[in-house]
Amino acid sequence: MNNKIPLLEIKNLKASVGNTEVLKNLNLEINKGEIHAIMGPNGSGKSTFSKIIAGHPNYKINDGTISFKGINLLELEPDERARLGIFLAFQYPIELPGVTNDSFFEYIHRSHTENDISLSCGKDWLDMLNFVFKKAQVLDLPINDDFGERNVNEGFSGGEKKRNEILQMLALDSELSILDEIDSGLDIDGLKIVSNVLNDFMTQDKAIILITHYQRLLDYVKPTYVHILQDGKIIKTGDFNLVKEIEQKGYDWLKESF
Amino acid sequence: MTEKSKNNDLTEFVNQKYKYGFSTTIDSDRIQKGLNEEIIHLITKKKKEPELLLKFRLRAYKKWKKMTHPEWSELQFPEINFQDVVYYSAPKQEKKINNLDEVDPEILKTFEKLGIPLTEQKRLANVAVDAVFDSASIGTTYKQELSSLNIIFTSISEAAWEYPELIKAHLGRAVPIGDNYYSTLNSAVFTDGSFCFVPKNTICPFELSTYFRINEPKSGQFERTLIITKENSYLSYLEGCTAPQYDDNQLHAAVVELIAYDNAEIKYSTVQNWFIGDQYSIGGILNLVTKRGLCLGKNSKISWTQVETGSGITWKYPSCYLVGENSQGEFYSIAFTKGYQQTDTGSKMLHVGKNSRSRIVSKGVCAEKSKNIYRGLVKITRKAEGSRNYSQCDSLLIGNSALSNTIPYIYVHNPLTKVEHEASIGNVAEDQIFYCLQRGIPQEEAIAMLISGFCQEVFNKLPLEFSVEADYLLRLKLEGTIG
Repeated sequence: MNNKIPLLEIKNLKASVGNTEVLKNLNLEINKGEIHAIMGPNGSGKSTFSKIIAGHPNYKINDGTISFKGINLLELEPDERARLGIFLAFQYPIELPGVTNDSFFEYIHRSHTENDISLSCGKDWLDMLNFVFKKAQVLDLPINDDFGERNVNEGFSGGEKKRNEILQMLALDSELSILDEIDSGLDIDGLKIVSNVLNDFMTQDKAIILITHYQRLLDYVKPTYVHILQDGKIIKTGDFNLVKEIEQKGYDWLKESF
Repeated sequence: MTEKSKNNDLTEFVNQKYKYGFSTTIDSDRIQKGLNEEIIHLITKKKKEPELLLKFRLRAYKKWKKMTHPEWSELQFPEINFQDVVYYSAPKQEKKINNLDEVDPEILKTFEKLGIPLTEQKRLANVAVDAVFDSASIGTTYKQELSSLNIIFTSISEAAWEYPELIKAHLGRAVPIGDNYYSTLNSAVFTDGSFCFVPKNTICPFELSTYFRINEPKSGQFERTLIITKENSYLSYLEGCTAPQYDDNQLHAAVVELIAYDNAEIKYSTVQNWFIGDQYSIGGILNLVTKRGLCLGKNSKISWTQVETGSGITWKYPSCYLVGENSQGEFYSIAFTKGYQQTDTGSKMLHVGKNSRSRIVSKGVCAEKSKNIYRGLVKITRKAEGSRNYSQCDSLLIGNSALSNTIPYIYVHNPLTKVEHEASIGNVAEDQIFYCLQRGIPQEEAIAMLISGFCQEVFNKLPLEFSVEADYLLRLKLEGTIG
């Protein structure tokens, strides 16, 4: 494993928003076939971390590197990063008024094919729509209700929005998928459905980052590594047992030991 | 991507050059500039018009001389020197042409370049086009097919000869001779335009369309459109316009009159793409237009849909006078402005008939240093019991130097009515753009998609071919050179 290039490699990353430093020397290496869980108290920088990888314009990188498949991500625009194989499921999915799901998927499809990237779910965008339609059923999204004609995330319940993120994840089939609190807003049935889909989705050619507050999701989707993010850096890395410890003791004991 | 580079991107891609800014070299018959009674006599003579139109013109001119330029709008443009405008200019034609294929090839080429092929082989399916080049109507497609249904679609000057009673009874009915400064000017010097008449119980199977092209520098275009649908008839009408790029502002003061009888419906759609002026606001078209629909009959319906992307200055308020009981008026509008464009546009809904209904949906997209004002009047008169109006005005700002304003005027003189007004204003949200980028959609595409989404409600009201064209047009306007 050591002579292979990691899928994602973050070294000494420092980033700020305005005058506030939000990531302070963050290091992380993720290889294909791994599921990484990132946990941490509120405000520790978990969502920030995901947005920085995706290239959100509000954050300034002060130091360090992020490379993906050996390519320097910091030189790429957010859409280029996405097409390179990075997917982010938003904690709060955005509503797009007037943009139907069908046309959104059409735009997504066109953006990829025009850049010579073929999506595994279909060369033709109608194939993609077929795929989406089927997967929407699996995810228990309200397809009878003219899903394709509805505007993206508009009028969706919290759970539907999250499942719609997963639907887009499946369609894009990215090598790295970052799921920011995918479990919040999902009821227990929704969580089971999404977990099953994630386990099916995961292969040896991909990696997933799960950002979460709770053990519940990780009971269903077993992480290879668990990281605790606090105050803009990873303060502890372990396996699933670390999750149990957090669940029992909270985060404070880590602070003390650190 | 830093904040700054993002702003540059936005600026770049609203800065696309005007595509239709070429001019056509042809011999034209052009009278001297200036405006007086002799000029009006000369126009009538050039156009070989009947006495009836000359009288109409002279009455208008007398009124106009006493009128002054209205000051109420917020538009700022230099005073127009009406003596410096050419009031008649038409392509020279040696003999009368019987067939569109006989039209000067240069002109046909121009229209083809604009995407409006006129010749038999290439003409648009299901759309009958009347092409107007400067002051003259070049010709009309599908004439025979229409005449078999007794639908009249011809130029106003021809109509004045062939159907004088119809012209007498309807010209100036929706927009009276002395209505406002620019409409009165139009009544005095109108050059050409289209006349449509759909007889009783007839559904017009084609979309009728007029395409206006201003070619001559310093020439004004004063077209006049008159559309009449008799009882139980239906017509869908499309209007399109472009102009070449000159340093002087070109004046366009049109009048459109629509008249609908009992149970008749007119759907009038406009996609307007005049030259907006250069980045210093020089040379754009002055678009000062009066459009009014008269819902004369019971259950009559008039619907205006417009996509405005052009002109240096736009001033227009397509209106409906809802006279008939249960009559309906609609106004759906998208106004896209950039550069130094200024638009003051909106609608007037005047409720006179009982249970008349009206609906206004206005979408303004405003970029760079442009100014986009919605001004709308809803008036419910004392007799208009049971009437309803719903108005919705949404504005979307791109960047932070554009200006958008909503000025509604609402007068209700009958208590048993319902009037609603909603307005919103906002920026193209960054989180929406980022969401799209994260799905692999490039920024330019993402913004085009979001703006198109914002306008969707209005696009849906356009005839299908037009809706695609309008979406494409907005896209062109947005397109740029993002690196």
